[in-house]
Amino acid sequence: MAIGWYLVVSAIIFSIGAIGVLVRPNPLVILLCLELMLNAANLALVAFSRMWGNEAGQVFALIVMVIAACEVTVGLGLIVAIYRRQMAVNVDDLNELRG
Amino acid sequence: MSAVLFFLAAIGAITGAIAVVMVRNPFYSVLALVGHLISLAALFLLLRAEFVAAAQVVVYAGAVMVLYVFVVAYVGGQDDPLHAPGGALKVLGPLFGLALAVELCIAMLGSALKGISGKGAPYVPGFGTPRQIGTQFLTTYLFPFELASLVLLVAAIGAVVLARRRRGLAEDETGPRFHPARSAFTGTMAEAAGLRPGAGTEPQADKQSEPLGVAGARDRDRDKGGW
Repeated sequence: MAIGWYLVVSAIIFSIGAIGVLVRPNPLVILLCLELMLNAANLALVAFSRMWGNEAGQVFALIVMVIAACEVTVGLGLIVAIYRRQMAVNVDDLNELRG
Repeated sequence: MSAVLFFLAAIGAITGAIAVVMVRNPFYSVLALVGHLISLAALFLLLRAEFVAAAQVVVYAGAVMVLYVFVVAYVGGQDDPLHAPGGALKVLGPLFGLALAVELCIAMLGSALKGISGKGAPYVPGFGTPRQIGTQFLTTYLFPFELASLVLLVAAIGAVVLARRRRGLAEDETGPRFHPARSAFTGTMAEAAGLRPGAGTEPQADKQSEPLGVAGARDRDRDKGGW
């Protein structure tokens, strides 16, 4: 398959993730949609790596996966902390910094 | 053959992505993301990125998703209301996403890159194997590699600090306490070591002094330690 097809799939997945971040009020689902966007970027990176025959894109994709894992641990820790403080797990209600 | 596999994996990935956004229960969203990640790993395999595909399945679909499932089970995967007041964002969000998709497709397919319509560089045996990736990581990209490990360490410590119980050991020494009822043989390491009274060791009178079931009051008391 031509590389362009992979890039189109990547663009579609990225847009779906962006829609999810905008539409869903649940922070858990927002984190999942961030994962979608990061994975779309990964797919584009790996596709370009194949296009040039160069492993640098795959190395970058692995680094992106590490950063995504960091983002997930911190984000889920925040969600657990919000839940422990008896606040609604909803980004529309969580609109102030005061705990 | 490769075209059939590509379309199967691409349809699986896009369906999984749509399911993540559309399904109302967060638990099913997580499961849809697992399917999406596995389809994406198949796409990586088609692109000859074997090590990235393996890491995707093991690290992402395995470890990170287990973390998600635990948190969804802890927070409670209640359904989102169907007709929640979302305002203009509910309508504008999908429109924005559609515009973004069209723009990205135009930007990438309209770019004058010659390789986009080709099948990629000629395949060299050994491309994308752990040996090659490891050589890259430990020679050219050594600094990003070390930096990533440092960021991972900071994130792990940060998650523990963020999600820990708010009350420290010192505060337990003063004032009356209330420990919510727990099943037997569960508790913290401090309780096992006898540093603080736990479910098994607390006096009976303490347990009776507060009414059960007042979840709000109990949790407010427990969280009084602040940040």
